[in-house]
Amino acid sequence: MTATVEAAPEAGPLKRLAVPSAIAALLVAVLGIGVLTSGATGAFPISAGDILSSIGHRLGLGGAPVEGTGESVLWNIRFPRIVLGVLVGACLACAGTLMQGMFGNPLADPGIIGVSSGAAVGAVASIAFGLVFAGNWTISACAFIAGLITVTIVYLLSRSNGRTEVVTLVLTGIAVNGLAGALIGLFIFFADNDEITAITFWQMGSLSQATWPKILAVLPPAALGLLLAPRYARRLDLLALGERPARHLGVDVERMRIDLIVIVALLTAAAVAVSGVIGFIGLVVPHLLRMAAGPGHRALIPLSAMAGAAVLVWADLAARTVAAPAEIPLGVLTALVGSPFFFWLLRRTRRRQGGWA
Amino acid sequence: MRLRARPDAPGPVPDPAAAVRDLTVDLGGEPVLRGLDLEVRGGEVLSLVGPNGAGKSTLLSALAGDLAPASGEVELWGRPIGDWHPARVARRRAVLPQAHRVSFPFTVAEVVAMGRAPWNGTPAAGEDAERIAEALALAEAESLAGRAFTSLSGGEQARVMLARIIAQQAGLVLLDEPTAALDLRHQEMVGRLCRELAERGSAVVAVLHDLDLAGAYSDRCALMDRGRIAACGKPVEVFDAERIGEVYRQPVKVETDPDTGAPRVTPVR
Repeated sequence: MTATVEAAPEAGPLKRLAVPSAIAALLVAVLGIGVLTSGATGAFPISAGDILSSIGHRLGLGGAPVEGTGESVLWNIRFPRIVLGVLVGACLACAGTLMQGMFGNPLADPGIIGVSSGAAVGAVASIAFGLVFAGNWTISACAFIAGLITVTIVYLLSRSNGRTEVVTLVLTGIAVNGLAGALIGLFIFFADNDEITAITFWQMGSLSQATWPKILAVLPPAALGLLLAPRYARRLDLLALGERPARHLGVDVERMRIDLIVIVALLTAAAVAVSGVIGFIGLVVPHLLRMAAGPGHRALIPLSAMAGAAVLVWADLAARTVAAPAEIPLGVLTALVGSPFFFWLLRRTRRRQGGWA
Repeated sequence: MRLRARPDAPGPVPDPAAAVRDLTVDLGGEPVLRGLDLEVRGGEVLSLVGPNGAGKSTLLSALAGDLAPASGEVELWGRPIGDWHPARVARRRAVLPQAHRVSFPFTVAEVVAMGRAPWNGTPAAGEDAERIAEALALAEAESLAGRAFTSLSGGEQARVMLARIIAQQAGLVLLDEPTAALDLRHQEMVGRLCRELAERGSAVVAVLHDLDLAGAYSDRCALMDRGRIAACGKPVEVFDAERIGEVYRQPVKVETDPDTGAPRVTPVR
């Protein structure tokens, strides 16, 4: 299980920087190619060169708009979707990294422990009751409040004596997901037909609702969460020693816990508000990166955000092209790929701990 | 970042470095410590010995500032420990816990470097690399530096954690059963290490089960019995066969090591 780490040569300062930088460069390339490919692919094909030229035109760097309806397809349909994918992917993976660090547990993920569905309850409530108290930001705000309540509940319920047992965490997730499902069902029961369709599509997780105003609505919580998260990297490293040892090293653990709960709620709300529940990104991405770049959060947090963005852009491209002209809901696709990974991770964690007990 | 907030220099270790005054601690409604007084001095190794459940680890936790006393005071550098910001406390006292657990596969070098976290943003941060290397050497853990902490044996993990505590450069070092997982050679290493830290001016407090080790390496020894200190002083004075027999409810005989003069406690079998 730790063979890969053991085989690594002594971690000098050079290597500590070299590996994350190489991975970052790779991720930027994968993301860039993903954006171009996704922008080019669809019922109306546009060449990558035309896309670059159109971007250059908009930035005032020369180039020209895509001919005919292409320009509109690119800027009003594909780009909003891609940008939303980048935001949602970065938020989900970053939230997963923070939660895993906070719980000291690789199984923590906003989807599995129920934070996503908690935030979804808030979003569905605002759709079902037609709430508009904060204009465009209403769904985001409701998702944030419900997400905040859920993270707090999960945190309080799944901890005992400063530790989180895997069993308690997963069982708490089941309970919270169950309650959230019931509440969503209740709201659907009271909703009219149009709202039901909106809720159902939204619930399966999809980027197809992306528009610029909606992106603007999730941008504040996403940006705030993503900017604040790296500030906690060093302290999250220390938290890996346990709560008391972290306190012995000068970390104000109680304060940090509250801060992280708020940040995770911000990120989850941003991820869920427009695109619904897209699972397993927050679980798989940080885990793979930890294997490649090591567990240090100073590299892990920014790399997770980049990798989450890249993965979601490519996943969405797959979701809308494999069964074209139909579209597989993105949440269904990530669950299909992510669930087996979760099985593997469960078994591995269980083996390492010698059973759940 | 809060860790960097208002760096302060701890300065030389004051006398006493830490103290508990009339300390009573309740755990789960039961009094675990009953009106204790103890002073901890720089340049001195103080060992806490006593039977299981006597309150040794609780006293150590109280000194560390982990427990809220039911009554009495815990002082660090002459001030109530609760008045300090956690970062300032961390530049003055280091704690080696009984259990060693690291959630993710950090390397040994990274774990030891975590001991330098309190000095982040202070002038002392410039010595980080030097301190980490020195701590690894003192705990005989240099050869483990590149390995994942989670892949080590219990004894190796204990030595790495010890190195983390040394790297923290605290004036007050609290060790909870530092020898528990260690073999004979490394138990002696811990004893010498405690002496080395005391010689550099630190106050060292260690919970020990091995009375011979306590006798050989400590300046003072506090024998605890049911939440009180039954005796405190030089090991030769504290290790009285009758008193030890009473506190542990096990008859013992106490001899003097002909080579070192340290007391040697053997159960009467």
